Parts: sequence; structure tokens; C-alpha cells
Amino acid sequence: MSLVAEPGLVAEGEQPEARSRGRSYGSYVVVKVLGSIGSLLFMLLVNFFLFRVLPGNAAQTLGRGRLNTPAQVAAFNKAYGLDKSVPQQFLIFLKSTAHGDLGLSVKYRLPVSQLIMDRLWPTLLLVGLSTILSTLIGVYLGIRGAWSRGSVFDKISTSSSLTLYAMPEWWLGLMLIAGLGVGFAFVPGIFPTGGLHSPDVNPSSLHGVLDTTWHLVLPVATLTLAYLAEYSLIMRSSLLDELGEDYLQTARAKGLRDVVVRNRHAVRNALLPTTTVIALNIGFVVSGAITVETVFSIPGLGLLSTEAIGVPDFAVLQGTFLVASAGVIAANLVANLIYGWLDPRVRT
Amino acid sequence: MSESSLLAIRDLHVTYATGDGPLSAVRGVDLTVERGQIVGVAGESGCGKSTLASTILRLQPANATVTGRVLFDGDDVLTMRWGALRAVRWAGASIVFQGALHSLNPVQRVGDQIAEPIRVHQPALGERATTSRIAELLEQVGLDPARARSYPHQLSGGQKQRVMIAMALACDPQLVVADEPTTALDVMVQAQVLDVLSALVRERGVGMMMISHDLSVLADLCDRITVMYAGRVVEEGPAAEVFADALHPYSGALSAAFPRVGDPDARFSPAGLPGDPPDPRHLTQGCSFAPRCPRAADVCLPAEPELATYAEGRAAACVRIGQPDAQEAAS
Amino acid sequence: MSVSDAPSVRRLSTRQLTRQRRLASYRRTWRAFRSHRSGMLGLGILLVFVVVALAAPILADSKGLDVTLANGPVLGAPSSHYWLGTDDNGRSVLTLLIWGSRVSLFVGLSATVISMVIGTLMGLISGYFAGWIGRITFRITEWMLVIPFLPLAIALAAVLGRGLVNIIIVIGVTSWPSTALLIRSQTLSIKERAYVERAEAIGGGRWHQMGRHVLPNVMPMVFANTTLTVAAAILTETTLSFLGLGDPTRTSWGTMLDSAYQVGAITTGSWWFVIPPGVCVVLVVLAFTLVGQALEEVLNPRLRARQ
Repeated sequence: MSLVAEPGLVAEGEQPEARSRGRSYGSYVVVKVLGSIGSLLFMLLVNFFLFRVLPGNAAQTLGRGRLNTPAQVAAFNKAYGLDKSVPQQFLIFLKSTAHGDLGLSVKYRLPVSQLIMDRLWPTLLLVGLSTILSTLIGVYLGIRGAWSRGSVFDKISTSSSLTLYAMPEWWLGLMLIAGLGVGFAFVPGIFPTGGLHSPDVNPSSLHGVLDTTWHLVLPVATLTLAYLAEYSLIMRSSLLDELGEDYLQTARAKGLRDVVVRNRHAVRNALLPTTTVIALNIGFVVSGAITVETVFSIPGLGLLSTEAIGVPDFAVLQGTFLVASAGVIAANLVANLIYGWLDPRVRT
Repeated sequence: MSESSLLAIRDLHVTYATGDGPLSAVRGVDLTVERGQIVGVAGESGCGKSTLASTILRLQPANATVTGRVLFDGDDVLTMRWGALRAVRWAGASIVFQGALHSLNPVQRVGDQIAEPIRVHQPALGERATTSRIAELLEQVGLDPARARSYPHQLSGGQKQRVMIAMALACDPQLVVADEPTTALDVMVQAQVLDVLSALVRERGVGMMMISHDLSVLADLCDRITVMYAGRVVEEGPAAEVFADALHPYSGALSAAFPRVGDPDARFSPAGLPGDPPDPRHLTQGCSFAPRCPRAADVCLPAEPELATYAEGRAAACVRIGQPDAQEAAS
Repeated sequence: MSVSDAPSVRRLSTRQLTRQRRLASYRRTWRAFRSHRSGMLGLGILLVFVVVALAAPILADSKGLDVTLANGPVLGAPSSHYWLGTDDNGRSVLTLLIWGSRVSLFVGLSATVISMVIGTLMGLISGYFAGWIGRITFRITEWMLVIPFLPLAIALAAVLGRGLVNIIIVIGVTSWPSTALLIRSQTLSIKERAYVERAEAIGGGRWHQMGRHVLPNVMPMVFANTTLTVAAAILTETTLSFLGLGDPTRTSWGTMLDSAYQVGAITTGSWWFVIPPGVCVVLVVLAFTLVGQALEEVLNPRLRARQ
């Protein structure tokens, strides 16, 4: 039995603000994937031009001054395809990249792709573990800080987060090495000061795995501490924003307990901006991994890049830039997809 | 005042503790709603009506100090234990909040939001029964039951408001408080929403407290009207009488602000009231309406006027009622 | 009674009125900022460092930077002669620290100028223009944002070579996207506001609108964002110098830490070489962050309401 005189009239008489059948999650996924492909192509463009279109003669710079006669320069140009037009060079570059040919390392005299594959998993381990840990701990601290706003916990948590945020992550690593690796005054160092494996341990054995884990404690702790600060601050701030929203009063009026209002409504909605920040931050985590690997001598992609600076091993630099950027683009895509699943408003 | 009143608010005072000092939002309000009765609360924004509504379910913010009694079916909401309060919230009395735009969770489907109080108060109902109840509720407010799967941003303003009404009815409450249910809606939708609300009262015997700044809407729908200004009741009485023949100058100004179509006098008489409502943090001595009142005189300045009865069921708080106007006295 | 009757009322021109109102709003902003304890603390720390950087010639002899003239002990511990000990060349760490502040602050500020100019322009354009200009600038901003900054900075620095100007360019060019994004969203919300519509209705052209209406209202956020960008720029300079990409002829806090790491100051326990430069970086970055956050809260009424 209807409470309105003519339901039919009512149902048709209005225009909804947005199309109700609108776009679904599927089309959102397609849009995001296409966007990522666009980013990838742009990055490849930047990658190409950065290293080819150098100030000064490319052959001079790449040949490192060893090319003197015009004949040598011409031969070099031919070998590296530098005598063709720039768009042609770009296409050659794309083709060889698609085939996994990233050039030859000047320093190691090995294919760059092989070097990268060898060094990939320590970086993945480092970045993956610290992202997971910093997200979990950071979000938790942010929630607690927002709920107990103004308390001692909140004040300590906020000020230490701010301080960690202001610290270069590699300097934090140095401090941790000094404090917990080398030891100071009467405190002995308990963690290894660098490297991924102890010299005489088989890395694939159980002992080896534990040994590797032990070596990873300080580096992972460094990266985790560096980024959980930011996540905790963002989570706290967005939760405080959310707590002022009207729909929470509606929830309370329905008779829900405070804890339920908190978790089911406020926290869940406050997680959305936090997810965005975590996604935006992936690039910085990768950047941080570079410096942390350097400081802790972890044989990953980061150390590979910094070692290539001094030479300068341009092929390696180009390769690591490509891989790092592609990784970040992929991670961002995943983060966007998760966000689209959590927040239905972005799907239309 | 009878013990069997559905809602009886007695001497309610609500003061907020702000950084700039205490802010008295409600200063001694008495209000009664009987079963099957619609009581309107009129006033400009800032007069304390929304604060009043929030105390009915003890939803006032943490920095608010509340004294007085809010008796729902004889029990004081303000001093109830949590278990009793939880039972009152939504199952005893529910609120249709102002601004449905922000009162709904933006990332939850509206059907789930309607289901939420049902799952809290009637957990034994089961999924199938809950779903059909939601469909029933949506139909009763004139919405397609398939809308239950929509998100709030996919609905228009009027549709969202009707979802709020459906939600308020979910647990069959005895009292519904509607806080500005028609503000920000266009006139056609306004009429439909008001139809829904009045049918509620007629067919279910629900008691309703309707808050609005639009006196003409209240006059149409309500049995009695209470007019509030600066946190106090300045007039109350049967709706038609308060609207057509106000005792307090403020009520008169409120009703004059909404011209009646077809009334030749209304086209020429000045509508609207100059000035702004007083700042609750800095209330002056005497009648708080005096600075804007067209009939203010020296007698209004010493003390805040008390609510006095002038006829059966009619009361107003003005010392100038029945006194001649300044011009009349001079002529 | 009309205005001209009142004896002491001066008729103000529109420009004078605008200036008066603007001055009044600056004064209000300053008063609101003053009540922020953390912001004032940050400002205080900043003033100390700026004074030290400017007064470097007075505070520490520049000859102390010359490696050939150094005659202190190698990695000597702090003593009454060398308050913060000596580095691996026998130079006073305190002298290096004081002079290093100049480079760190200078690079940070100049790189920020570049970053803010590019970022604000890109943000304004992508926010204000709705057509393909707006869309393409937004896309470019998004794409640049996705590329991780350090691999790009390393690549760019390796290609351009070491040097003060180069490192400023590198930092400026890699840090503008986040500013652009912020300015864009601010521009979009201002565009929605009624007075922009009104300006259009009375015939204000595009550039007039951008200059007179949009830009002045975006400036407060730009200002707040600038302080945060300086913080990031100083961190980036320190990192790049640490990795060996800084200017080899100049000492900055980052190059000090690079030297410290290269000579194994950690393992030898030469804490005076490792801790002070890092602490200085943390303090300066923290100071800029506090000031920036305080400014954001003062200029954004929504955040202020939460207080």
C-alpha cells in the first residue's frame, strides 16, 4: 500500500543527477588500463630522448672520448644507429626494448637485461615488504591518533611522524647501522651492517633464507619507518575530516554502537584518500629503495643504478630507469583498480 | 502535559563549549508531541531547532552540556542507560535529517543503508525478509524497489530525501522527527514529500515533529506550531491560528515573509525582516528579538519576556501583546 | 544624511580599497599564523638557519674549506679547537657545516623557484582551459607524476653532468608535477565560483580572468605549497649529493655525508661527521614542513574549522 497518491507519476517525474545504469567497474578497468599504456609510452619517449638527444655530440658523449677520427665516429654512429633520423631511432629503440634487448653494460660487459634480472628480486623483496609493513603500521597509527586526538599518544605519534618525514631515508639507514649494526658506547651491534648474505652461507638453504632475512631487517625497517610516517599522517588527517561528516550522525541515530560507526563507516571511507596517497607514493618508495640499497650494499636494482653513475654506464642507467618506471606504472594501475573497487563514485 | 504524551521536552537547555566561550543554543524550551499529532517547529537558522532535534535521540556533540528532561513515552532519554537508548534510537523515534546529500554514506548502496537499522533492531528477521521489507519501504515513498542497489550519487535530491524517509520508517517508529525535509527541493517534489509525510501520520498514527523555516509549509501540514527565536519558544498554538493571526511579532514576520498567492494585501505589505538573528555568544539583556522588532519599546528592554497563555492552547512570549502601537498611541 | 555630508570620509578609489582589504587580510593571516605554535617554531628554526647561512663568512673562515690548507687531524674527534671534530681531510666539520648551509639552502630555494613556476603554470593551464590544451597538460602532468623521481633525476644528472646549475635544473624539472596537480584542483574549484561567472558576464576576457580573479585566489595555496616544495627540494639535493651527483667543488650537507660514507665514518665511529649534517637537514626540512602545514591550515578555512 503506497503512501503516495500516484506512484507512477512520481517515479517518472524526475531526472537523476547521474545515469543510474552508468559505467560499471568493467569499463573503469578498461579506462585505467588504457591510461597506463599511455603513461608507459610517454615514459619510453622520455627514456629515449633523455639518453639519445644529449647536449653535444652523442657519439662523443657515449664513446667517452675514445673516438677521435671521423671514420671512428662514423663507424660508431652506424653501429648504434645514430646516423638514422630520430623517429627511426625511436622505432628501433621500441622494437629492441620489446624484445628485451636493453643494450650492453660498459662496466660489466654483460647484457643489461641480464643484469637487471639478476638484481631484480632483492629490490622486489625490499620494496614489497616495506610497502606492506609501512601501510599496515602507518594506517593503524593514523587511526589511533585520530581517535585519541590531542592525547599523549597522538602528540608523540604526530611529532615523530613529522620528524621521520623530514629525514632522508638513507640517513636513517646510516643511523640504524651505526646504532644497531656497529653499536655505540656499550651497546653491541647485533645486525649485519650490509650485504644480503653472509659469506659462507648457502642462500638457498633454510639457514641461508634465515640469514637473508636477518640481513634484510635493518633495510626493511629503514624503508618502513621512512614511509609509515607519511601514511600515518594522511590516515589521521583524512579520518579527522571524515569524523565531521553528517552521515556518521545518521549512523549513530540508527542505534549503532560507536565502534561500529567508527570502523564500518568512518575508517572505511577515510581509507580512500589514504589509498590514493599510497599509490602516489610507490614512486617514492622505489626511489627510497635506491638509496637504502646503496647504504646497506644490497645487490638490487638500486645499487646497480648508483654504481652506474660513476662510470657513467648509460645503458644500465637507461635500463634501470625503464624498469623502475614500468614497475611504478604497473603498481599505480593496481592501486587505481583497488580504489575503483572501494569507491563507487569514481566509476561514473 | 500528560504522562502519556509521546514526546515531552521540559525546560531544555543546551550549551556548547566553544573556543570563544559558552554558546547557549537552547535556553529553556518546553515542547509536547502526542501520538498521531504533527507539531511544527519554526524559526530561522541558528535558533536552536536542529540542536533541539538532536537531543531527542541524545545525539548532541561531546562539547554540549544538556540540562532538562526529554521524555519519550515517559522515559528520560537524557539519562537512559545505553541499552534503553539504543532501543529508542530508530525503533522508538527516528530522524529524517536535513541535507540528505551528506546524511547518506556515499560509498554504500542505499538499500544496505536502509537495511542497517533493521539488522540492528530486528536481527532475527533474516535476509529475505529484510530485502522484501526494503522493497516495501521504497514503494511506500514512491521509489522503484530496484533503486535499492543505487549509490547516493546516482539519485536526485528528491529521491535521496525519500530514501531518508524510507530509512526513517524502517523500524516502525512511533515518532518521526523531520528536520527541514523540504529545503533544497523544488516545489513539485516538495509537495510529494509532504504528501508522504502526512499520509504517514494519518495511516499509521505516527507522531511527528516537523522542523522548518518555512511557516507556510508547516501551516499546511501541522496541527500545532511552536515558533523559536534565539534558543527560546516565542509562540505556540494551533497551526492555522499562529499562521493567520500571530501573537508574537516574530511569528507575524515569519508568516508575512511567505506571500499568499491571490491575496491583494500581501502584494503591497512589506515582507521580510531586516537584520540578522542575534549571536548566541553575545546575547543582550531583555528581549532578544527587540533589536529587529517593529513593535519594540522601552518596556521590552529590562528582561527576557516569559511565555504567557493568551487563549486556550495559545501562548506567546511578548510583553507588547495587547498594548497599543506607538503610532496608535500618538494619534 | 548622505556620505558626502560626513566631514571626514575620504572617497577611496577601487584600487585603494582593494589594497586596503588585501593588507587587512594579510594582517589577519599573520595573526592567525602567529597563534600556531608549530608554525612559529618552524619559522624560528628557519630564521636561525638563514642567519647562519648569510653570516657564514663571519662565523667561519672560508679558508677552512680549502683542502690544501687543512692541518687538522684526519677524522679527529671533537675538541676545544675543533668543536665538531674534523673530516677525512683534516678540515673543521663545523666550518663545513656552516658553509654547507649556504649551498643546501640556495639549491633548495632556486630549484623550488623553477619547480613552482613550471608547476603553477601547468596547473593553471590544465585547470582553467577546458579544451584540448587543458586536457593535454593534465595528461602530461599525470604521466610525469607516475615516473619515479630518483631514477629520472639520476639519469638526468648523469646526462647533464655534475654542477650547481645542473643539479638545480634536475630538481626543478622532477618536482613540478605534484605542485601542478594541487594548483589544478585549486583552479578548478575557483573556476566554479560565482564571481568568475560574473566576471565573464560583464565581459572579462580569458587572460583578464586568469590574472585578476583566478591567480590572486590561487596564490595563497601556491605560497603554502612553496614552503613544502622547498623542504622536498632540500631533501632531494641532499640525496643527489650523497649519491655523488652534486657539485664537486662545493660543500653541501649532502656532499659531507657522501664523504663520510665513502671513508667509512660509520664503522670507525666518527659520529661527528655523520650526525650533524643529517640533523641540520632534518631540522631545516622539518621547519619548512611545519611552516607549510601551518600556512595550509591558516589559508584553508575547512582545516581551520577542525581546530
